[in-house]
Order: sequence, then structure tokens, then C-alpha cells
Amino acid sequence: MNTAVHFTAASETIVWRIGMSFVAHLINGISLGSVYALIALGYTMVYGIAKMLNFAHGDVIMIGGYVVFVTVSGMGLNPLASIIISMAVCTVLGVTIERVAYRPLRGASPLAVLITAIGVSYFLQNVALLVFGSDTKAFTNVVTLPNLELFDGQLVIKSVTIVTVIVSIIIMVGLSLFVKKTKIGRAMTAVSEDKGAAQLMGINVNGTIAVTFAIGSSLAAVAGVLLCSAYPSLTPYTGSMPGIKAFVAAVFGGIGSIPGAFIGGILLGVIENLSKAYISSQLADAIVFSILIIVLLVKPTGLLGKKIQEKV
Amino acid sequence: MPEYGIMEDGMKKVSKTTKNNLITYGMVVLAYIIVQILVSTGHVSSLIQGLLVPFCTYVIVAVALNLTVGILGELSLGHAGFMCVGAFASAVFSLAFKETMPGGLRFFLALIIGAAAAALVGFLVGIPVLRLRGDYLAIVTLAFGEIIKNIINALYLGVDGSGLHFSMKDALSLNMEEDGLMLIKGAQGVTGTPNDSNFTIGVVLILVTLFIVLNFINSRTGRAVMSIRDNRIAAESVGINVTKYKLIAFTVSASLAGVAGVLYAHNLSTLNALPKNFGYNMSILILVFVVLGGIGNIRGSIIAAVLLTLLPEVLRGLSDYRMLIYAIVLIAMMIFNWSPNAIFFRKRLKQRFIGNKKLKKEA
Amino acid sequence: MALLEVKNLGISFGGLRAVNAFNITIEKGQLYGLIGPNGAGKTTIFNLLTGVYQPDEGSIILDGVNVTGKRTIDICKAGIARTFQNIRLFGDMPVLDNVKVGLHNHYPYSTLEGILRLPRYFKVEKEMNERAMELLKVFGLEEYADYKAENLPYGQQRKLEIARAMATAPKLLLLDEPAAGMNPNETKELMDTIQFVRDHFDMTILLIEHDMKLVSGICEKLTVLNFGEVLAQGETQEVLNNPEVITAYLGE
Repeated sequence: MNTAVHFTAASETIVWRIGMSFVAHLINGISLGSVYALIALGYTMVYGIAKMLNFAHGDVIMIGGYVVFVTVSGMGLNPLASIIISMAVCTVLGVTIERVAYRPLRGASPLAVLITAIGVSYFLQNVALLVFGSDTKAFTNVVTLPNLELFDGQLVIKSVTIVTVIVSIIIMVGLSLFVKKTKIGRAMTAVSEDKGAAQLMGINVNGTIAVTFAIGSSLAAVAGVLLCSAYPSLTPYTGSMPGIKAFVAAVFGGIGSIPGAFIGGILLGVIENLSKAYISSQLADAIVFSILIIVLLVKPTGLLGKKIQEKV
Repeated sequence: MPEYGIMEDGMKKVSKTTKNNLITYGMVVLAYIIVQILVSTGHVSSLIQGLLVPFCTYVIVAVALNLTVGILGELSLGHAGFMCVGAFASAVFSLAFKETMPGGLRFFLALIIGAAAAALVGFLVGIPVLRLRGDYLAIVTLAFGEIIKNIINALYLGVDGSGLHFSMKDALSLNMEEDGLMLIKGAQGVTGTPNDSNFTIGVVLILVTLFIVLNFINSRTGRAVMSIRDNRIAAESVGINVTKYKLIAFTVSASLAGVAGVLYAHNLSTLNALPKNFGYNMSILILVFVVLGGIGNIRGSIIAAVLLTLLPEVLRGLSDYRMLIYAIVLIAMMIFNWSPNAIFFRKRLKQRFIGNKKLKKEA
Repeated sequence: MALLEVKNLGISFGGLRAVNAFNITIEKGQLYGLIGPNGAGKTTIFNLLTGVYQPDEGSIILDGVNVTGKRTIDICKAGIARTFQNIRLFGDMPVLDNVKVGLHNHYPYSTLEGILRLPRYFKVEKEMNERAMELLKVFGLEEYADYKAENLPYGQQRKLEIARAMATAPKLLLLDEPAAGMNPNETKELMDTIQFVRDHFDMTILLIEHDMKLVSGICEKLTVLNFGEVLAQGETQEVLNNPEVITAYLGE
């Protein structure tokens, strides 16, 4: 009798622990997913408006991370100031990349544009390699708030996780409002529908695309800071894998759709973290990429995307 | 009188392509002879000698990728994955028969197995992938390449008296007998592959690859593939089966990448699927060779692969800047070759030139 | 029996009724015109006839064979070839190869035979070259055989597109605005070419055209399309004098 009670209590504890660890993995997944969502927002906006896959977007994140690293660890600046500097640097970088490398190729074959974007990605990685070296930099977490402890410390939610989720929700909502309510936002929608017609209606197409790159790149800076705060190691290649996965997230959610990028990002982060925890950490990336392939084959337009047909 | 001219023109064209192809073969043979002379007279450092087989690997995979990018007109970022399949399939075979088969036969069979395995994977990947277009196709091939690499890194394979054992977890769960032989040890890869390849074999394989690719391009199949590249809708309208020909080209390209993998695997005693050798960065490096050598230009791919691998080794001081220079040249080349403004500019220049020539003729 | 028999053909895009209850009967050897204002659905009909779109209802019978709902390549094999409103050549390939792609299904050898250069490769390629040169000669393009297709002058590109279509050995040739963008001299030359193709190959031709000089000059019968429906059908002169047709073209 007595042992049976003990046994039940023990198994309850086990169930409770398993449940707690699941929640912890889920929350970590949402946190990682929020970062993917921020990166995916940049991808999806640029893809929706300039109709190009900006392969270098992930590397802008890495640059954003290095700027914060240098200003905080090197120059001892206040984290908030360093984030603003990082956003400014990335914005300028994004606009410059667009002006120098992508604008001359407007109207060229998508293949040519993609290869150029790969070139830009390579360029940024190697500049970082020359300037900062290939060694891993220990990134100082810029979120210095206390962690949230639940159930007497059985479930700890890191403050950076909470901040990441909140920041990405704010940005997603803000961006949606920006696109719907402002003049520039509506110009973006127009350019994404039909560049030629937008031009004829007096919209500055080049300017609108430049603004899109500016917004996408400044978001990349924020994403870079949050990514490096959650996973505090920084190398010239830090941005490339998350960048590619964020593109997967953007496709998953439906390329061109802002809420789609957000949902896709969160789902991808959760799937990745849960596969790492419960299936195999070796195969987690393979699972993420399989999702991309399945989505593209079953619903090529993603969860919230629109259909496009070629005219004969 | 004009009829005679036509026939001559037609024949001229045929002989022109043949001549062009012969130059390509000749160039490879000549390079081989020169290298052999330099090696035998002691003019080649051991460092460069160690690079001779990798040269051949890069050349083969660059030519293979050019078939996809230049002839089929689709961007694959997964060719390192096909190389990986060819490398591992053949390495496992050679390791299993290391003691029981003579080297020459073993390598020949390994080559067939590597090429067939890569072709099979290329075919299976191609079925879903080739339905997609442009950017999506590129990113999905990248995804497939990464999946292949990940799976091989998680794969354990062994052989013993009772047959093959396989697991995705760890070596213990293979449940092998004492005398069993581990073939693939997860992330540690394959160790002890016989070093069956050498520079001569590499050059022979380059020539075989060229023979296949050049003949493919200048055949009915090649024309069908190029017509799809130039205008899919028009190709369909004249009865070209788009899916079929895309798959054929992609499969041939993947299997040749597999051949490069076989060569690569049999030049190393330890084979790992690292991001460095089989990751998408490798796929991109191969793409750089293809783009800088000229998309669709097979001879260009060969030259670019050799020069871009050789250059940083010769100019040691440059090696830090190598990738940076690649990146800048890549961007510049793309803008120069593909920007609508640049194309317009070149066209006008050409027209002026041709126009002048015509005028001269008339005068 | 008529060569082409289309009955009650219809298709909608979303809510838009692009083509409705379209009927046409074309006899062998006829030169038939399909005219109508912009957006009337003419090119949509070509796309339906060649399997680019699948019709919502109706039937297409070519030479006694039902080709309704078949894929483009099967319809090509059944014997319908076409040109495009905006020229679609294989721009990076030589002019000769453009025609050879058109000959593709009539001169078979396998991929392996091509790679290994087996005897059949040489035999078939030789026949193909001869046939392609013949076709180029018919269209006066033989001197351009080695040119890249995209480098041809505009008028020659239109001709090459027709030559390529003819290479598939069709029973019915569809020409989508062949004279678009041509000056009067080029149009005159094109009219001669079209008539020559009809006589030389005993071809049946259905063409879409806005140039009334061309239409009244060479078409024997006409169908006028307006808002996706047939407005008038019959002998060319009769149709062109029809007051309804004049209203549709010139407005009230």
C-alpha cells in the first residue's frame, strides 16, 4: 500500500519533469523561432518587393553582431547605444549593397541576381574574416535583466528569451502597420504587384526598393544582437546558416507575407529545437530542410502566400 | 551557286564545334604532359603534387555543374551533396573489398558504384526539385545537399559474417560480431579507404567527363535541354518533354559529380562529410569556378577550376585575400555580363563593329 | 471531314468568362483568320487549342482525333504547331538548331547513342541537318544558319518561328499575330511567305491578325471574336462588310 503511493508519487514527478523539460524546449524553440522570424521578415520583404533572394541577408546579421561586439566589448558603450549604432551600420550596408550590386542587375535573369547575392555573401564573410579573424568571439549578452523563475526554479526562462519574443512581436506588428498605413508602405505594395505600373503611377521604384533594403537590414541588426545574445559565439559564418533557415521560414510562411514570415519563423524554431531534443541533434537541420522541401512541393506558395502564374 | 554555299556553311559549323572540342581535349592532355615533365624533373613542390588529384576533382565537378547551370539553365547549390554520395558509396565499397580484390578492378567498380549512387540520388532529388523554378530550385538543392551531408554524418554502417548492419544512432546499436568491420563511423566517417586514385587516373576521368558532357551537349538530347533553357513554353510547343529532358540532364550532372567524389575519396585515407568539403560552401565554390569560367563554357570551367585552385598556392601571400578576391570578381563578372545596361552597351558596340564590316564587304 | 472541328469551347479565369461557346470548323488546306478587338480572347483560344490551358467545356477534334484536354507535347505530336505573339525562339542557339529542335520527335536516337557517338547518331544527325537546311532555304534563312537566333533581324525571327513550327510536320499551323511590329514591306513579304507555306506544304493555317490588309489579302474565311464570343463567321469579304463587325471595331 505504502509503496504503491510512493510509486505513484515518483511517476508523477517523472511526468512533471518530462512536461517541464518539454515546456523548456518549447520556449527555447519559440525564442530561436523569434530570431528566425526577424530575419525572415527581411527576406520576405525584399523577396516580395525586389523579387530576389538576398542570399547575403544572413551575413548582414553577422556584421550587426560584430558591430555590437566591438562597441560594447571594445569601446565599452552602453548596449542600447550600440544596438542603435549597429542598426545604422546595417542600414547603410544594406542600402549600399542594393545600390552597388543588385540595382545594376534589375531586369536581369534571376539566376544572375542570385549568383551576385551569393558573391555579396562571400564578400561580407571574407571581409569579417580579414578584420576580425576566424576565432570565435565571446559575445556579451546585452540583455541584463533578471531571468524569470517559475515553479520554485524548476522552469527558468531566460530574460533574453522573453525580450526576443516581445521584440519580434512588436516589430512584426509595427511592420504590418507600416506597410498598410503609410505612404511608403503602400508604395512597397504597389511595387511588389507591378514595378512598371508603379513607375507609371509616379512611384520612385528604386527609392522604394532601397527603403525596403534599409528596413530589412536594420531588422537584421536587431536579429543579430538577439541571436548572439542567446547563442553567445560570433564568427564570420554565424549568420549564414540562420540566414538560410530564415529563408526556409519565409517560404514556409508564404514568401512576401509579413505575418507568414513570423509564423513560419516561430514554427521552424520550435520544430528545430524539439527535433534536437527528442529525435537527433545530428538530424535537426535535415528535418528543417525536409520541411522546406515538403512545403514547396505540397503548397509552393507557403502557408499564407499568393499564387503567381506565368503568362503565355 | 548559293546552294553550294549553304552546304559549305553547314559543314563549317559541324567542323567548328568538333575543332573546339578537340582543343579542349588537347588542352587537358597537354597540361598533363607538362605536369608530368615538371614532376619528373623535380620542378613541382610536394605541396602542389599533393594538389594534383584535388585539381582533377574540382575540374570534373565544375564541368558537371556547368551542365546543370549552363546547359540546363538551373542553379544547383547541392552538387557537393552528390559528390558526397559518390565519395561515400565508393569508399565503403573499396573498404569492404580492400583485401579481397585487386586495386585496378576495385577502383573501376568503385567508380561505377559511386557514379550510379550519385545518379540515383540525383534522379530522386531531381523529380521534386525540377518542378520548381529559379531561386526556389537553388535553395531546395542547397537543402538537399545539407540533408545528404547530415544523414551521412549520423550514419553508422558495418559488415560482419551475418551481413551489413546499419544504424542512425551509434556504433553500439549495430550489434556487430567481434570480427566485424566498421565501414562508416558516423561523424568520424570512413577510415582506411585504399588510395587507389592518382593524377593519371584523375586526368583520364577528366577526359571521360569531357567526352560525356561535350557529346551530350552536341546531340539531340542536348539541344532539347538547351531549348528548355532558352524558352520552356516554346520547347513544349514543339513537342519537347520538359520534365524528361530536365531529369536526364540533372541526373547526368549529378552522376559526374559522383565521379568527382570517387576520385576525392580514394585520394584520402580518412573521409568525413564536413561543411568544408561537402557543405553548401563547397557547392558555392564550384559555382564560382563555373561562373568565372563562363556559364555554359566547358573549357572555361576547366581553366577556372585549375587557376583558382592554383593561384593562392602559388601566391602564398595572397591566400588571406583569396576568397575576398573571388567574391569581388564574382560580383563584377555578374554585373558586367548580365546587367541590362552592360548588355545593351555591348550589343551596340558589336552592331557598330559588324555594321562596319558589312559596309566594307559591300565596298 | 473537316481538319479541325471545335465545338462549344469555353474557359473561365476566376470570375471572368474568357471564351464562351466557341465553335469553328476549318477544312483542310484553308487559310483561316481569327480577328477581334484586343482582349477578345483570341490568344486564349490558341492556348486552348495547344493545351496550354485546359478548357472547362467543349471539344477539339483534329483530323478525327479528339485532342481535348491533352498536354501541349501530345497536341504537338497530334499535329498542331504554333507561333507566339511575342516571339519565343531559342535565342542562345544557332538558327539551324532552332529548326532541329522542331525536328526532334521525327528523328529519334537515344541519349546514350548520342553520348557514345554510335553510328545511328551520325546517320540521323546528317538527315536532320539536311532536312533543317531544306526548311531554312524555304524561308530564305539559309545564310543565317550559324547565327544565334536572337541576333536575327525582327522579320527573320518571325520567319524562323514559322520554320520551326513547320519542322514538327503539323497538320494545322497556328500563327499568333505574325505581322505584329512589321512595316508594310515586311508585311507584304510575310503574306507571300504564308501563302507559299500553304501551297508548298499543302498546309492548313489559322491566324490571328490585326492588320486588315493582310487578313483581307490572304484569308479565305474569317471568325470575328468579341468579348470571348463569336460575333460573325464566314467568307472574308462577307464578314468584313457585316455592320456588327464594323461597329465592334470602330465603335458606335
